[in-house]
Amino acid sequence: MSDAALPHAFQYESARHQARTAIAGMWLFLASEVLFFGVLFLSWIVCRHWNQAGFDAGARQTALAIGTLNTVILITSSAFYTAGVAFIEASNTRRLIQCCALAWVLGLAFLILKFGIEWHEDLARHLFPGPRFAITGELRTGAQLFFVFYFVATALHGLHLLAGLGLVGWIIRRAGRGEFSAQYSTPVAVVGLYWSFVDMVWIVLFPLIYLIGRGP
Amino acid sequence: MSAAAGAAALSGESYLTDGFSLRSWLLTTDHKRIAILYLASITVFFFIGAAGAALVRYNLIVPEGLIKSAETYNRLFTMHGVVMVWFFLVPAVPVTLGNFIVPLMLGARDLAFPKLNLVSWYLFMLGGAIVLYSLFTGGVDTGWTFYTPLTTQYSKGHVVATVIGIFIAGFSSIATGLNFIVSIHRLRAPGMTWFRMPVFLWSLYATSVILVLATPVLAMTLVLLAFERIFHIGVFDPTLGGDPLLFQHLFWFYSHPAVYIMILPGFGIVSEIVPAFSRKPLFGYTFVVWASIGIAVISFLVWGHHMFVAGTSLFSALVFSILSYMVAVPSAIKVFNWIGTLHKGFIRFDAPMLYALGFIGLFTMGGLTGLFVAALAADVHLTQTYFVVAHFHYVMVGGMVSAFFAGLHYWWPKITGRHYPEMWGRAGALIIFIGFHLTFFPQFILGYLGMPRRYHSYAPEFQVLNVLSSAGTTILAAGYLLPLGYLTWSLLRGERAAPNPWDATGLEWQTPSPPPTENFVATPVVTEEPYAYPRPKPQATS
Ligand SMILES: [Cu+2]
Repeated sequence: MSDAALPHAFQYESARHQARTAIAGMWLFLASEVLFFGVLFLSWIVCRHWNQAGFDAGARQTALAIGTLNTVILITSSAFYTAGVAFIEASNTRRLIQCCALAWVLGLAFLILKFGIEWHEDLARHLFPGPRFAITGELRTGAQLFFVFYFVATALHGLHLLAGLGLVGWIIRRAGRGEFSAQYSTPVAVVGLYWSFVDMVWIVLFPLIYLIGRGP
Repeated sequence: MSAAAGAAALSGESYLTDGFSLRSWLLTTDHKRIAILYLASITVFFFIGAAGAALVRYNLIVPEGLIKSAETYNRLFTMHGVVMVWFFLVPAVPVTLGNFIVPLMLGARDLAFPKLNLVSWYLFMLGGAIVLYSLFTGGVDTGWTFYTPLTTQYSKGHVVATVIGIFIAGFSSIATGLNFIVSIHRLRAPGMTWFRMPVFLWSLYATSVILVLATPVLAMTLVLLAFERIFHIGVFDPTLGGDPLLFQHLFWFYSHPAVYIMILPGFGIVSEIVPAFSRKPLFGYTFVVWASIGIAVISFLVWGHHMFVAGTSLFSALVFSILSYMVAVPSAIKVFNWIGTLHKGFIRFDAPMLYALGFIGLFTMGGLTGLFVAALAADVHLTQTYFVVAHFHYVMVGGMVSAFFAGLHYWWPKITGRHYPEMWGRAGALIIFIGFHLTFFPQFILGYLGMPRRYHSYAPEFQVLNVLSSAGTTILAAGYLLPLGYLTWSLLRGERAAPNPWDATGLEWQTPSPPPTENFVATPVVTEEPYAYPRPKPQATS
């Protein structure tokens, strides 16, 4: 099929022109997102600088096992998704759907582990900042601040992941209707960028939450 | 008239006649219709914000304050600030004139992401509705800057609702900025190289970079602020290990560049109008272009000048003071280039030009007084006084609003297909210029004499200047109501506009007024530099 025959919106010269523009748009959106999360990381580090011992005490209360498992899960899901992108570039729709489905299920597993189990535990152990906060004494202030960041960051990351699940589900549906091929797979690539970005945010969050200051 | 324009004119179709149902407007993806939706919305917000300002000036007629409650007064100036900054000044030019003109200037049929453009309008309206709801059910008394811990611990108003509204509107800004950047990169007409782009496109490009990169900083800051407000434990509370200066750093990291979000599009508009009404090419085009980019870059490096007395180190204050001076360089380059363009030009004083000249004068005063407050030593005396209020109103209201009106009058025939009444337009420009000076010049003196801002009462010796300022407000109000009246009138009764009534360069003038839905019947090809004035006389035989 020739490039010119593919459908495209009227402001573009060709489907290829439109596809590359969509990808550029997603990159720019991710640049914006980097600053959004960047502020969170920066504030986190600044507050940690003022309250190091408290932050360390907070970090020691986090569930390292679940965090590590979740990191593996998320990276694996990105690997599957990326494989899916490669498959559709070879016009293999069936494999694309399988890869996306695996990525989707892993994403859901992350959310269940994070919010169904880990948050549940955290809340039960009174780790949410407030009058009934579990850690007392002079480390309380810093530990509470640590958990402010913990809950804000994981909630925002979780919301991004939830949006990602919606997008991957949308790709699966469209792939199921046979809309993608080697000639046209832009949405697959665009969602892939977003999915990997959510993964990258977690890769920064993982050490911030679970590793730094945990001690020997 | 080109062949393409002729063909569309024959069919008689324009974007305005392409569907008349409410649905065809509310679900449109046409950048021109979205611009109209935005224009109507920001007009409403402008007059709400202006009402807040009017009440503030009403209160300050007598030293003890005509509004008896200081709390009410605080809520009024906060409402004025919040509505004006986020729902008028920041979006105004990009979402209305920018949305309409950018694709036309590029020679494109639409922006890169038309649906995102519509989404941005809905986000704007949702954010605006939430903010208005919170303002009309009591509002907030924190000032538009939301400083902590006042905002998070002590204020009694609807802080969280207001913050959510601003957060949502922020994403509409990001969507618009993203759309512009990608469109300018990807949708330029054949022959439209980067350095053949009109300065309006360059300045919106620079604006968009700030929108995309600074707004998310504010967004996250507001998330952390809302968390702290709701749970009373958070990042910015000094009694609980937090850092209130961190809030100020983050807030101004957005809000200083936001000043350039407001003013850069104005630079772009004036750079279109001055050559068109002087019949000369823009003097030093490349300098103006690089000055726009330079301002966008430097604007990210000066936020600390808002914190000279907040307890930052002397070293950082010095660095921020020097960096703030550096912004004056590209800004001054622009002013000199406009003046250079005027030099020996065949100047026509139509309303857009009068507004543009008003902009140059008011912005120059606002910019020069900016140097006073950028100077570390002077700022310690002037900060938190009416001097600062006068300074930023010269830049934002005198500068930006004048530029907005300049652009609105300049492109009005293109947008609506009708001419505004010229004499009324000139009268409006003049009244606004006079009313503005009368309102804000006394505030420079008040501030220099030491009257603090944001107080609902003042020492009796300041009364004469305050009455002058309040009197000026009534003239300014008349000046703003005038365009509302005659522009609305012109929609029905205005003279029909030709495709290029100003005989200006720029692709937007090579299509009928109002343009057809697809903008150009045949994609235009650019073969010359921008601002190729004077334009050759049209041949009588064609
Ligand atoms: Cu500033």
